[in-house]
Amino acid sequence: MSILIYAESAEGKFKKVALELASYAKNVADAMGTTVTAVTVNATDVSDLAKYGVSKVLKVSNDKLANFNAKAYADVIKQAAEKEGTKLVVLSSTTDSLYLAPIVAVNLNAGYASNVVALPVSTSPFQVKRNAFSNKAFNITEISTDVKVIGLAKNSFGLAEGAVSLTEEDFAPALNDADFNIKTENVEKVTGKVTIADAEIVVSAGRGLKGPENWGMIEELASVLGAATACSKPVSDIGWRPHSEHVGQTGKPVAANLYIAVGISGAIQHIAGINASKVKVVINNDPEAPFFKVADYGVVGDAFEVVPKLIEKLKAFKANNA
Amino acid sequence: MKILVCISHVPDTTSKINFANGDTEFDTNGVQFVINPNDEFGLTRAIWFKEKQGATVTVVNVGGSDTEATLRKALAIGADEAIRINANPTDGLFVAKELAEVVKNGGYDLVIAGTESIDYNGGMVPGMLATLLGYNFINACINIEVDGNNATAIREIDGGKETVSTTLPLVIAGKKGLVEEKDLRIPNMRGIMMARSKALAVNEPTSSASATKAVKFEKPAPKSAVKLVSADNLDELVNLLHNEAKVI
Ligand SMILES: Cc1cc2nc3c(=O)[nH]c(=O)nc-3n(C[C@H](O)[C@H](O)[C@H](O)COP(=O)(O)OP(=O)(O)OC[C@H]3O[C@@H](n4cnc5c(N)ncnc54)[C@H](O)[C@@H]3O)c2cc1C
Repeated sequence: MSILIYAESAEGKFKKVALELASYAKNVADAMGTTVTAVTVNATDVSDLAKYGVSKVLKVSNDKLANFNAKAYADVIKQAAEKEGTKLVVLSSTTDSLYLAPIVAVNLNAGYASNVVALPVSTSPFQVKRNAFSNKAFNITEISTDVKVIGLAKNSFGLAEGAVSLTEEDFAPALNDADFNIKTENVEKVTGKVTIADAEIVVSAGRGLKGPENWGMIEELASVLGAATACSKPVSDIGWRPHSEHVGQTGKPVAANLYIAVGISGAIQHIAGINASKVKVVINNDPEAPFFKVADYGVVGDAFEVVPKLIEKLKAFKANNA
Repeated sequence: MKILVCISHVPDTTSKINFANGDTEFDTNGVQFVINPNDEFGLTRAIWFKEKQGATVTVVNVGGSDTEATLRKALAIGADEAIRINANPTDGLFVAKELAEVVKNGGYDLVIAGTESIDYNGGMVPGMLATLLGYNFINACINIEVDGNNATAIREIDGGKETVSTTLPLVIAGKKGLVEEKDLRIPNMRGIMMARSKALAVNEPTSSASATKAVKFEKPAPKSAVKLVSADNLDELVNLLHNEAKVI
């Protein structure tokens, strides 16, 4: 009857979202008087999950699952849910989990609510609060099916330690040949750089920077903060920066703890994609720029003066707090 | 190749979002509706297939008669025919079930939907549809090529992209990248005239299955005003980020 989570790992280590998922599920489980079971795929050391409240892990080890495959992974989750008699499956909002969730839901005859931002409003009837209208509103959704699937929006709950004792169990679900109709041919991943999806802090810049040659200071600011770099849409359209950095409604969503926007006007389509970020800092020479209306902190000034100074201040701060 | 493009009819990105009837319904007053941006990329890619390698393109929407203007726009852009399932799209599962009926009856080889629609942001219809049909499925798809019965696609992954190969029949959930924004089609006069004589079928729904319902809406609490820091006092900004916001 326990709550089931799929804890995502990469190269044997759990992603931070997996630990956030565990923290969230533990809180829901406490409210419902049950426990949290996690299913993992090719993860080696699962002890981290126990720190965040997972009391049982179903460990799947299978070379056929070395590459992510949505249908096959969904089969794994379905069989884990059935084995545990789970009524609630909680997934995260990584690109892979967003791919999996609707498949899992249909296979389990479950209703699915994505983008969930808080603990359930009520567990009977089961109601959750989720983001809608590109983060311009919330929607309370009721799931009426016996088994339920929810997707937790990134960074919406945070980490909450609460160690429990852990049972590990090897789990070998049956895999279906037809699941492997989609073959991975090639994976291209940015390495050695913080990516927007994983970043706690994102430093983003817009057309106000005038040209690609001026991005050095943005990269330096990002590197001091351990942040990912991003940009507004026109910047990637003109080719100053790669498309993978374009954030906003038609680009990537950013749900970081800190979003720093330099020389970005704050058009509604840009804001829609970064609204889920917690703290927003805006640097813009136009005090009327709409971005100031949604920002927490703002500096009215020329980016070419402010950013280099800010880099110096942050370096000094890091040196003092090291 | 027979292509079906799923079209969601959504408030334009700049719309003010308000709710009516005690915050239980989206208030459509004064709202301009458009083809969901992710679906627009898919529609243009479908037209590209039609022009480059031959295909018929059908567009489909589950919705009331007010969505016909959106379907007509898709016809004006170049789709051959349109189908409207005459029902209120109550939840993702319901929409997926209705679309599955259309796919089964029409024998489509490639179904193109958008990764998510910008109103409810559910991101579930394409995956549910593919699973109900037992079709192959690729989410967050940013490129697709089809050669005979074989398809090669690129999908977004966190921090990169992945190339995958598969076979038809296939459902993809697409987004920007399927085509670039500058290549999106805008209806021209000839297209608009031709769209008038294209078929727009209206089918009644076959099931009433819903698994979820939207019970209430809320707007985020009003934000407190921005704290401005002087450009000459960036120590203060660092201090605020560390001690007040606790993000560095
Ligand atoms: C359907 C649709 C979807 C869209 N999707 C997206 C999306 O996903 N993401 C996105 O970003 N946009 C999107 N847009 C575009 C969006 O409307 C804006 O055009 C875009 O966000 C503006 O980018 P910008 O702020 O970099 O450029 P600008 O609007 O040119 O603004 C530049 C800013 O820099 C400031 N500036 C100039 N010089 C300096 C300086 N020296 N120091 C400091 N500040 C300076 C200016 O005051 C100005 O505020 C979309 C538009 C449409 C119609």
